Parts: sequence; structure tokens; C-alpha cells
Amino acid sequence: MSITVQNVTKRFGAFVALDDVSVTCPAGELVALLGPSGSGKTTLLRVIAGLEVPDGGTVLFADDDITRHSARDRNVGFVFQHYALFRHMTVFENVAFGLRVRKWPEQRVKERVKELLHLVRLEEKAPLYPANLSGGQKQRIALVRALAPEPKLLLLDEPFGALDAKVRAELRDWLRRFHDELNVTSIFVTHDQEEAFEVADRVVVLNKGRIEQQGAPIEVFEHPANEFVMDFLGNVNKLPVRVEGGRALLGETGDVELPAKVFGASANGRTDAYIRPHELDISRTAEGGNCMLAKVVHINPAGSVVKVRLLAEDFGLMINVDIAPDRYRALALKPGESVFVTPKAAKIFEPDYAI
Amino acid sequence: MSQSNPRVLPGYRLSISFTLFYLGVLVIVPLAACAITAAQLSWDQFRAAVWTDRARAAYALTFGTAFVAALLSSAIGLLVAWVLVRYEFPGKRLFDSLVDLPFALPTAVAGLVFSNLYVPNGWLGRFLVPLGFEGAYSRVAIVLVLVFIGFPFVVRTLQPVLESLDAEAEEAAALLGASRWQTFRRVIFPALLPGLLTGFALAFARGLGEYGSVVFVSGNMPFKTEIAAVLIVGRLEEGRPNSYREATAIACVLLAASFLMLILINRLERFAKKDEG
Repeated sequence: MSITVQNVTKRFGAFVALDDVSVTCPAGELVALLGPSGSGKTTLLRVIAGLEVPDGGTVLFADDDITRHSARDRNVGFVFQHYALFRHMTVFENVAFGLRVRKWPEQRVKERVKELLHLVRLEEKAPLYPANLSGGQKQRIALVRALAPEPKLLLLDEPFGALDAKVRAELRDWLRRFHDELNVTSIFVTHDQEEAFEVADRVVVLNKGRIEQQGAPIEVFEHPANEFVMDFLGNVNKLPVRVEGGRALLGETGDVELPAKVFGASANGRTDAYIRPHELDISRTAEGGNCMLAKVVHINPAGSVVKVRLLAEDFGLMINVDIAPDRYRALALKPGESVFVTPKAAKIFEPDYAI
Repeated sequence: MSQSNPRVLPGYRLSISFTLFYLGVLVIVPLAACAITAAQLSWDQFRAAVWTDRARAAYALTFGTAFVAALLSSAIGLLVAWVLVRYEFPGKRLFDSLVDLPFALPTAVAGLVFSNLYVPNGWLGRFLVPLGFEGAYSRVAIVLVLVFIGFPFVVRTLQPVLESLDAEAEEAAALLGASRWQTFRRVIFPALLPGLLTGFALAFARGLGEYGSVVFVSGNMPFKTEIAAVLIVGRLEEGRPNSYREATAIACVLLAASFLMLILINRLERFAKKDEG
């Protein structure tokens, strides 16, 4: 079932939580709503679930306008960040709840709950109360409780936000697997860009109640639509540049040129350039000349790339550079050493005409 | 000489000693005095004092009216607490403080006001008595005034529980397809039950002990509208040599029965809470 949100607006008093938002979630896809807190991503999810009534706009499930339908009638599975399990019911009864209110016969309820608990490997927890479960176990129960009545749409509000890193990674895999096996359309809210990119088929980036960009993860990552998206996807160096005669030059003085396309080349002035850590290279010599002198501040070798943090004293900038472990060993870098940093690529965004 | 103290607040010994001391002086000594006085009667005298037809009727009336009143208080208290927590309306704060008024009002005043309202020529009585509703000098009158005195206990015990209810659990129930009634019955009510039982117990206990208002509204007719407390006062006023002891004997029966009932309710509360551990 595809989900279409058209021109939805939602205000809370004077605060505009959603400002003319339109999103499409194709049937069967796993979509991430990504944004900082206060961006409206949770409100959007709650509008889709029917927990909030939008002030304007429509929500379509497939081709049905369900904007005015109550949450109860939408047959949507919903997973809350803090689980929202029923404390006074056993794990079994929690999962069975959606079936019991639908008056499923007892035998089918038993079979379905058993099957679901087996799916998340928590069969032996059936007679326990939620208070006796760990966070990860609670969220698995919340997930199968939402899935029990066989919804066509699964919504998750920061489902892994309250869990520690290891459990979070594990549950991400669960989510991806359930999504693929159960043939539902899923939308989840997250502020963690890594989580969004790791799990989702499609990423929708929100900021201040508006959609900044939506598309496949690779598309969003490689072609961020604007400075906000670039910045929010994280892990990027933001460097001040001055534009002179169609060239982007780093800092206030000097002539380190950044290989970036400059918009409105005739207009000289100041702007910011974005360079991802892997788009910079470190060398011992100033070969080619187009490089800046920087001092190594910190080296983090734990990972598939070595993260080097440097201070470019001429510009007063902290710079993050990722280099391959081989390269790191060849350079034999040590903190405090001075090296040369060369930009291989950079991105400058068109000025925002709205301002 | 440094001792590791696992408690955050100091003064454990001092505060526990004071607590036990006060509990002893204020509760246990008077109750023991009551029992000792009653024990000065012989067993037959004791039986004769506490188990007359008139006394039995008074016990039944006392427990019966207190029970019915506590039930009504629970229903009304739940409704009032719900409205005060869940809805916004003009004058809400005033209404909220009005709930405490029965706590503060001398109960004799409540009794006088109720009896004046419901007597056949009172403001309400002139309409209700012809319809067969005798709100003064009847058992109904006792229940009415006990509800007035008891329902604030239920409101005040339920309010914090209602405020702390997990709103997301209700949303989760709705999203799982539960109707409003199903959500209330299966999600909200079980969470309220321990608080409701506490409120019921308080209202019930208050109803058992109420004297000041009942004495004005009930008419105090033996076998009909005479509660145990009135019977005790009646005994005291007889002024026979054993009157005082007989009165305390009745008080002991009342006390023991109340104690048993409260233990029972306490058990129920624990049962209702068992799953939250």
C-alpha cells in the first residue's frame, strides 16, 4: 500500500510543525524520515497514523483519502520510542491485544502470538510482565504487537532511540528483515543519518517543518540538495571561502583554490564550501602547490578508515580527514606533526534566495 | 571513624524512633486502652453488650451504609478526577479546590445542611419526598452524607494516578484497533484499579467512623437508622456503672471488624498491583 501525503500543514499554537509537506512512500518500501529534533518528522508520522489531525492537506492510503479517519480505523502498526507496552498485561496479552479487540477466536490468537514471539525469539517471555524485560526485548515485543493484526503499514517513531549501540544495530537488522518478509510499507523516524542510510530504501530529510530533500540514500548522499542536507548528513568539513573571478579561494587571504563549481560566478563575495573527510588528502610534501599547511591534532585509527583531525593554523580551521589505513602507515603520522592537506573535491551551494 | 552509609538522607535511627514512638502514643496506646477497658467485662457481660439485636442492626447498618457510600464515592470520585485531569474548562481550579471542602467542613455542618435540604419541606425534599425519595432521617440519608464526606478521598488518590498515566499506551491501544470503551476497560482501568481501591478503602474507613453528620441526618431510630457510633454514645449516656465498659466493648467489635475489612482491601490492592514489579 503506497502512502501519499499532500500539502499537509500542522500548527501547535504559533509553532508550525509541518509547513506544506508532501511525501510519497511507494508500496513496499522502507522509508526513513530524517531530521533534527523539532523538524516535524514525528508530527508527520503521527499525522499518517491518525494521532494528529492536520490543519490542511490530505493523506492517502493507496488511493483512499483517510485524512479524517481515526487512528483506530487505519489499521496501522505503530511502534513508539518508549515502547508503550501495557504494563499490567503479560507479554502474551500485549501481543494478543490487537487480535482480542478484533475478536479473533482464541485458538487463532494463541497461534498468531506464538508465531510472532517465535519470530523475535522471545517465546519463553510470554508469561512475564514488561517490567521484567530489557529495553531491546521490550522493543521487539512492541514491534510484534504492532505487526500482530497484519497491518499494511508499519510506522516507527525513533524505534531504537532509547537503546544502546549494539542492541540498536541488531534491531535495525530485525526491522529490515521483517519489512522484507512481511511485505508491508514501513516508515520510520530517526535523527540518526547513519541509521537512515543503513536501513531505508528511501530517505526524506526534514528541517523546520519542511522537506529539504527526498530520494534514494545514494542520491541524497551524493547529491545533497542544499547546505542543510549536506551539513545534517554529517561528517563534513565546512570551510569559509571567498569567491574571486569565478574561483573559490579558501579563507580570507592566500590562494588555495577549491575544486568546486561556483554559482553566480560574477558575484564576488563570501560563502561556505563543504568537503567530506575522504575528499581531502594528506601528504608530506606540498606537491602541486594547491594545499594548506596543517598540524595533526588527533588520530583515531579504530575503524575501516583512519580519522585524522588537523588544525590549519593559517586559516584557524579544524579539519577532519579520512585516509586509508595503508596510506596512514605509509605516512607514519604522529600528533603534532605538520603536513599538507590537499582538497580533491568540494561543494558550494547556490545561495538561498529566500533570505 | 568513617562508616559507609548506603542511605542518602541522614537520620535513619532518629526518624524511625520518632515514628514508632508517635505511632505508639497516638495509635496503639489509645486502642489498647479501649481493649483493656472492654476486657474488664466478663465474657457473658461482653457478649450481652455487643451482641444484642439492636447492636447487630447497628453494625449491619454501619458497614452496609459505609460500603454502599464507598462504592458510590468511588464511581463519583473517578468521574470527578477524570474530568479534573483530562478536561480544560473555565473555573477548573475553583472546582478543584471545592473538592477539598468536605475535608475541611465540620461534618456536623454537613449533616445539618443535608437534613435541612431533604426534610419534606426543605429545598430539595419538597420535590423529592412526594416522589418517594426520603433524603432525611433514613438510610438513604446516611449514604448521601457519607458520599459527600467520602468522595474527595477517591478524587485525591486518583488524580496523581490519572496524571501519570502513559498517554502513549492509550494511543497504542487505539492504533491496535481498540474502541474508546475497550481502551478504557482494558488499558486505563487496570492501571487505575490500585488507586481506586485505595480511595475506596479511605472512603469506606471514613464512612465507618463518621458520627457528626450522620447523627443529624439519620434520625437515629434503633433497628432502623441507628449507626454503631450513635449506639456507643447512647450507652455512655445511660450512666450505669458498666456503661462505659459496654460502650468500649462495642467500640472494640467495630474496631476489629474495620481492621479486618481494611486488611482485606489492602490485600486486594496488592493483588491489583502485582504485575508492576
